[in-house]
Amino acid sequence: MNQMTSLSRRGFMIGVGVGVAGAGLTISFLGGFGPALAQDAGTAPEVNAWVHIGRDDVVTIRIARSEMGQGTLTGLAQLVAEELQCDWSKVVTEYPTPGQNLARDNVWGEMLTGGSRGIRNSHQYVREGGAAARIMLIEAAAARWKVPASECTAKDSVITHGPTGRTVTYGAVAEDAAKLAPPMEVPLKDPSTWTIAGKPVKRLDTADKLNGAQIYGADMKLDGMLNASIKACPVRGGKLKSFDQAAVMKMPGVRKVLAVHDDAVAVVADTWWQANSALEALPIEWQGGTPYNSADFEAQLEEGLRAREAFVGNRQGDVEAAFAKAAKVVEATYRVPHQNHACMEPMNATVVWTKDSCKAWVPTQDGMSALASVAEAAELPVEKCEVYKLHLGGGFGRRGSSSGDHVSQAVKIAMSMPGTPVKLLWSREEDMQHGFYHPTSRALIRGALDAEGNLTGLHIRIAGQSILAALRPEALKDGLDMVTMQGLAPADLAPGMETQALKYTFPNLLVDHAMRNPPVRPGFWRGVCANQNAIYLDCALDEFAHAAGRDKLEFRLAYMKDCPELQAVLKAAAEKSGWGKKDGVHRGLSAFYSFGSYTAACAEVTVDDDGKLKITRIVAATDPGMAVNPQQIEAQVEGSFVYGLSAMLLQEVTFKSGEVQERNFDTYNSMRLEHMPLVETIVMPSGGFWGGVGEPTIAVAAPAVLNAIFAATGKRVRHLPIKDQNLREL
Amino acid sequence: MKKLKVNGQAVEVDADESTPLLWVLREQLGLTGTKYGCGVAQCGACTVHVSGRSVRSCAVQLSAVADGDEIVTIEGLSKDSRHPVQLAWAELDIPQCGYCQPGMIMAVAGMLNHNPDPSDEDIDLEITNICRCGTLARVRKGIHLAKTKTSAGEPA
Ligand code: FES
Ligand code: FES
Repeated sequence: MNQMTSLSRRGFMIGVGVGVAGAGLTISFLGGFGPALAQDAGTAPEVNAWVHIGRDDVVTIRIARSEMGQGTLTGLAQLVAEELQCDWSKVVTEYPTPGQNLARDNVWGEMLTGGSRGIRNSHQYVREGGAAARIMLIEAAAARWKVPASECTAKDSVITHGPTGRTVTYGAVAEDAAKLAPPMEVPLKDPSTWTIAGKPVKRLDTADKLNGAQIYGADMKLDGMLNASIKACPVRGGKLKSFDQAAVMKMPGVRKVLAVHDDAVAVVADTWWQANSALEALPIEWQGGTPYNSADFEAQLEEGLRAREAFVGNRQGDVEAAFAKAAKVVEATYRVPHQNHACMEPMNATVVWTKDSCKAWVPTQDGMSALASVAEAAELPVEKCEVYKLHLGGGFGRRGSSSGDHVSQAVKIAMSMPGTPVKLLWSREEDMQHGFYHPTSRALIRGALDAEGNLTGLHIRIAGQSILAALRPEALKDGLDMVTMQGLAPADLAPGMETQALKYTFPNLLVDHAMRNPPVRPGFWRGVCANQNAIYLDCALDEFAHAAGRDKLEFRLAYMKDCPELQAVLKAAAEKSGWGKKDGVHRGLSAFYSFGSYTAACAEVTVDDDGKLKITRIVAATDPGMAVNPQQIEAQVEGSFVYGLSAMLLQEVTFKSGEVQERNFDTYNSMRLEHMPLVETIVMPSGGFWGGVGEPTIAVAAPAVLNAIFAATGKRVRHLPIKDQNLREL
Repeated sequence: MKKLKVNGQAVEVDADESTPLLWVLREQLGLTGTKYGCGVAQCGACTVHVSGRSVRSCAVQLSAVADGDEIVTIEGLSKDSRHPVQLAWAELDIPQCGYCQPGMIMAVAGMLNHNPDPSDEDIDLEITNICRCGTLARVRKGIHLAKTKTSAGEPA
């Protein structure tokens, strides 16, 4: 399989060959950055690109994707180890570098970690990598014993010759194996025989996260390193006019004050605290930019809801005819705001630049695009640049492929001090003010009901910002941003959209998008547009069922008759919660399909007389097809409720005169334990497909709770976030 | 030069008295387990113990640290990660990205120092750390599990 993928804005194209053959090239890894290394100084070559085995039997599995909390590191290692049949207790992992991937003709394939694709897009070739290595190890042992390979078996890193009972460990034959040609045929195990994959094994990255040993980008330390803090023009599109460096040069530790690009100024000092203190004291003048006000933009969104023109994403049957014949028409308008990723670890990068090389240490979701950002900013050929990935202190899309702004800044700062390593760390305030924000949108949802309470027509009109129009305009399809259709699209809307398809069946349907783009930088945000699309669809279904006087579970199931998987997760969540019981518990439902997985939730809430909400319990069900690590799937489902409900309850980014108003967690809050419901997760993999895990459950979090609030109060929350709205006085 | 006692060791640091303890620990002493998340006492990522109590070190200036204060950071919480909270955290595989976890673990350990058997209400009131990955449900389970453990890992 070969596909072409564009690496960078510089426009060079790179073929991604995702074969298993790791030609016998020995590479010395990551010169200079110790902790992640497991290779013994080049003496024991890799078996193939995915697997290195030391003489001590330590198995190093190469992980091309990034670990940002979602557990992919462990899941991918499980898949390789399963086919390799190695001793799981001796497995360690390492990241191959983007530069090596480039030099080796993309032997590790795609490095992008986003869209819940880490496992679902690479399971085949990583398993093949493990299987090929096992076959080669067995062949090496067989050759040493001069017996047919077919008489040998492997288990727990030990190869056994059946007829004689002789054994040898992987470590003892790894060097021989590395010299063999990779096998032509690489059959994979039947998942029903898995012993490592599919099991709830512990994460490989936990130990260092318990005692402070894990080094994140923000913790980087290199000999002679200086620290930088930066401020970019707080108004988007504005420029740096002037700054008075003399005012701060005498402050402790300050080494340098410099303009970065044409819109930012940085202070470099011995310590970050010194750099940031001087930056705070630095007189700076800005100019220009767009004095955008969020409040003014609401009217444009509202206009978009009724605009005559919109991009059609999904059309089935004849919606207008259905409305013309309707016994009853139900309408509702919902609204979601801009939101920031607010990763716990603020943006950062550490860079050393000289005139003929540039090295960068970056917590990134996409090593290849980080490398492209580095090369472009460093004004060097990409072969002279390298990126070393570190585990991320959260990513959520902020550290993805189109958001290398901080990387580029760090390179520019390092270029001003050739040979000196510089770490750029953004303050939290900088992080909040210069996000790639989850786009704002509104939806007008209209349902046509016949006299029996059947939904005969459904129109979802979304008005809002497009991510692709801003970041990848070439990906628009006749003007339509397909991302706005996540979870609502027909399966054949575009390649890849089958994993974002609408799984409900409505006889007459129209989903369209009136694109209204404010001068705000949008970005992919964990769950992306599935998050609000599920709110739009699933809260509307609740409204329709109520108007029709029908049970909300029965009503939903009636429109998923063609999708047994979605029915199954919804029924499972509803049943475990006790749907239909007359026990005074207020429940709300939601079910959605996105990122290739089926998810459902049943939320239970109380609302007191003062309108204060308590979410008491959520039962969630998810069918990701194949489950590589059930306990980590549970962790992702639990985490999805924190992410989705934080957004629903608390989070909104607003702009006044172009400036972000919410600049730290005091005004841009995130859920605390006191808000956190009990979450019971049902993982019910039905097999046969590979769905995502890190994002899809976010979609059902808010609608389930919003629908439960209605059950408790008879009032609909349609304007998010809830913040301090009194739920009894909406 | 300011004298401090950190993780049982006497150290001297050369920093402006207005420097937050967080940055003294991270940049003067190289103890980067204590994290910067907000700098304004909101997120808890920088939580350490001063004489047994949890404090948000971004909001404590060096000048406010007294001579006899015993500072403990995540690196000094236990030998070999055998504090009951760390054992519980390992058992439930709580960390996701892990960035908030040193602060989370220190906050919980600090609570258990003065309240060995916290109720859910106690937990809600005292553990107000932010975790963007969303480990909160497991954190609550972890706290209840930690209550039952001794540092030997056996039920208390
Ligand atoms: S960094 Fe101190 S509370 Fe956030
Ligand atoms: S584990 Fe990532 S922020 Fe808590």
